[in-house]
Amino acid sequence: MPVKKPRNPMPSQDPKERKQNFREVALGYDEQTAQREAERCLQCKNPLCKQGCPVEVDIPEFIKEVVAGNFQKAAEIIKNKNNLPAICGRVCPQESQCEYKCILGKKGEPVAIGRLERFVADWEAQKVTSEINPVESTGKKVAVIGAGPAGLTCAGDLAKLGHEVTVFEALHTPGGVLMYGIPEFRLPKAVVKREIEYIEKLGVKILTNTVIGKMYTIDELMKEEGFDAVFIGTGAGLPYFMNIPGENLNGIYSANEFLTRTNLMGAYDFPHTDTPIKVGKKVAVIGAGNVAMDAARTALRLGAEESYIVYRRSRAEMPARREEIEHAEEEGVKFHLLISPIEFKGDENGNVTKMVCQRFELGEPDASGRRKPVAIPGSEFEMEIDTVVMAIGQGPNPLVPASTPDLELTKKGNIIADPETGSTSKPGVFAGGDIVTGAATVILAMGAGKKAARAIHDYLTNNS
Amino acid sequence: MNKIIKQEKLAENLFLLEVEAPQLARKAKAGQFVIVRISEKGERIPLTIADYDLNAGTITLIFQVVGLTTKKMSLLKTGDYLLDLVGPLGEPSEIENYGTVACIGGGVGIAPIYPIARALKKAGNKVISIIGARNKDLLFWKDKMAEVSDELLIATDDGSEGHKGFVTDVLKEVMTKNSLERVWAIGPMIMMKNVAEVTRPEKIKTIVSLNPIMVDGTGMCGACRVSVGEETKFACVDGPEFDGHQVDFNLAMRRAAFYKDKEKLALEHYNCQCGGGSCKCQ
Ligand SMILES: Cc1cc2nc3c(=O)[nH]c(=O)nc-3n(C[C@H](O)[C@H](O)[C@H](O)COP(=O)(O)OP(=O)(O)OC[C@H]3O[C@@H](n4cnc5c(N)ncnc54)[C@H](O)[C@@H]3O)c2cc1C
Ligand SMILES: Cc1cc2nc3c(=O)[nH]c(=O)nc-3n(C[C@H](O)[C@H](O)[C@H](O)COP(=O)(O)OP(=O)(O)OC[C@H]3O[C@@H](n4cnc5c(N)ncnc54)[C@H](O)[C@@H]3O)c2cc1C
Ligand code: SF4
Ligand code: SF4
Ligand code: FES
Repeated sequence: MPVKKPRNPMPSQDPKERKQNFREVALGYDEQTAQREAERCLQCKNPLCKQGCPVEVDIPEFIKEVVAGNFQKAAEIIKNKNNLPAICGRVCPQESQCEYKCILGKKGEPVAIGRLERFVADWEAQKVTSEINPVESTGKKVAVIGAGPAGLTCAGDLAKLGHEVTVFEALHTPGGVLMYGIPEFRLPKAVVKREIEYIEKLGVKILTNTVIGKMYTIDELMKEEGFDAVFIGTGAGLPYFMNIPGENLNGIYSANEFLTRTNLMGAYDFPHTDTPIKVGKKVAVIGAGNVAMDAARTALRLGAEESYIVYRRSRAEMPARREEIEHAEEEGVKFHLLISPIEFKGDENGNVTKMVCQRFELGEPDASGRRKPVAIPGSEFEMEIDTVVMAIGQGPNPLVPASTPDLELTKKGNIIADPETGSTSKPGVFAGGDIVTGAATVILAMGAGKKAARAIHDYLTNNS
Repeated sequence: MNKIIKQEKLAENLFLLEVEAPQLARKAKAGQFVIVRISEKGERIPLTIADYDLNAGTITLIFQVVGLTTKKMSLLKTGDYLLDLVGPLGEPSEIENYGTVACIGGGVGIAPIYPIARALKKAGNKVISIIGARNKDLLFWKDKMAEVSDELLIATDDGSEGHKGFVTDVLKEVMTKNSLERVWAIGPMIMMKNVAEVTRPEKIKTIVSLNPIMVDGTGMCGACRVSVGEETKFACVDGPEFDGHQVDFNLAMRRAAFYKDKEKLALEHYNCQCGGGSCKCQ
């Protein structure tokens, strides 16, 4: 038996230093470390890791090429299944997907699949300008609505099949949550831009500043603008609030606003950029998912003295990726668990100054299998804060559904689509990503975009 | 990128831009707005579509210089481009034949009230328009407003033209002679609030157009939330027009002032351009 080798740690910026800057926290493996890590893989005959990956990346196959030093080959293997590996390697919740299933994880630590994927993608981006073989045009036009991971993946795959694809994006920059939501220190915008350039090189046209439902309806796209099929990937962009007293006081942000001002509009560089943001001394972020961690860590970087995560369940139920929770703690984010605000109070100018909270205890498991938080009567107390960020989830943006009456929706307003094909109640119209599933993950959105591309291709070739 | 095909100074600190945007011109309806960004590091700011011309494929924006972005925008000339222009956003005005209606525009609010008055007139209403400003030099589009109104009344704070006083005084007068079915009021928050107070006892439905701080304009950020009838609404997608009798104006005014100190800093930074001197811009 060979001695069990430990997983190679990820080189990272020092927590004390990094909480002062917006540069990427995890620095990435070098070639030697990547090869050492790749050698840990057992090259299983029946690789369980693959089952854990929503797009079924050929994990042992690419890892084998990393061991051999054929990084270019490794990149090709990954890109067969995954158009955006530099992004997935950074933000996939690997501990609940590929790495969760890895056999090495049963007794020790799983192979660092995500880090290897990131290494290969970054290596390729630096070393080669991948050639793109022109494909013969099919003469079919597809409209993709939303330039997030779902839309971009779908667009890229359709372009590879020879269809003429136009992506319509509401904001002035494509990328969806990857650009406006996930912060620079976790996913550098240069990485996202690089992946978008690749999609454009495939022949995809991206029209920014175009809100579908306002500039064009889906019917207009199909009847007047000559599109043969439509993919909707508009995401879950509608922020939820708690509907408690005082919620519209100044200094209370949705996570979307807080992160958009910082990431997309560059408010961290104000007044060198024109969009301001205001962060006080004590920031309370409500929620404990990835979005909440991003907001809490962003608040520190914007100069907050204290940044709190306020969550009504316990540590075990926190939905964020393990790594993000650890990073947040290392940087000094404090966790206030089993409490939730019930009211906000402000000063005479309408700025928030206090949060009235209630304590909770965990009761019986609910439908999601997590133990349900139960309020403890009489446990109210006040917390001094001057900035609040609501990160309690988001719903589907209604602009497209509202202008497309024949699109079937769930009660919550998500589009109903076949999980295998993305087809909706409207012929020729497909949907995928967060607009269908509710807020989920980058890789699931990409998986949905991929499946829909295949189904759209079938639809276009059978319908001609 | 949208080309500016006409730039005009209407009055001190008041400018008009006519911009190429064929599809927008086709889709725009009275009451809707656009979001503009003029430079790579620039802010996204909302402006009402004051007019649109299908044949020319253009829309018209009218803006008042109040801070950094509008200041920079006032320096743009015919032939320059707007970096980003997105719209038409928001819900259009509810245009029907109501009977007799009043359209009230205060200051730069004359611009957004114009297409609404025009649409109401076209729908068969008797349109009584009241426009007001601090003095006569700040009034604009009198001829255009007269064209789409059955009656055009004017108020200036200093009495340099029309009634000396506020548009609300004129409105009270109009209400004694006419039975109004609906009122539209667009202008400074305080003016809209006061109009709503004048019509409240008579229960005349009064529509105001709110202008909270916005970022995306598509319902994604919640910056634009306002309280209407105790309910939180996003002005960019649920509005910008709301029932003036239900709006919490005090909250709206406090929210609009949140970034005052930062906005001042941005302007100072722009004006000095010292790149690290003794000013507060670092
Ligand atoms: C702060 C934050 C952190 C996250 N962290 C992680 C993480 O670490 N790992 C992970 O896997 N997932 C993470 N997620 C979730 C992940 O980002 C999303 O699940 C994923 O981006 C969904 O992709 P999508 O393509 O469906 O939608 P989006 O990324 O939301 O993209 C939708 C796009 O459509 C555009 N759009 C919307 N309406 C219209 C319209 N009417 N017309 C034109 N365009 C329109 C939007 O502007 C947007 O660009 C995070 C999410 C957030 C907000
Ligand atoms: C739906 C809507 C329609 C509008 N139509 C017009 C119009 O036709 N003509 C016109 O002159 N103005 C209009 N406004 C107001 C205009 O958007 C602001 O005057 C402009 O954003 C000020 O930007 P600034 O950088 O020059 O000033 P700043 O110094 O940044 O701000 C001055 C004041 O403007 C407001 N403001 C600042 N940023 C924003 C923002 N992003 N969104 C909204 N308000 C902001 C705030 O109250 C602030 O205190 C409209 C606003 C809305 C919401
Ligand atoms: S795409 Fe995500 S889940 Fe799949 S192998 Fe890569 S990191 Fe793992
Ligand atoms: S399960 Fe783990 S060890 Fe086995 S092939 Fe996959 S990554 Fe390698
Ligand atoms: S401006 Fe962002 S939701 Fe209205």
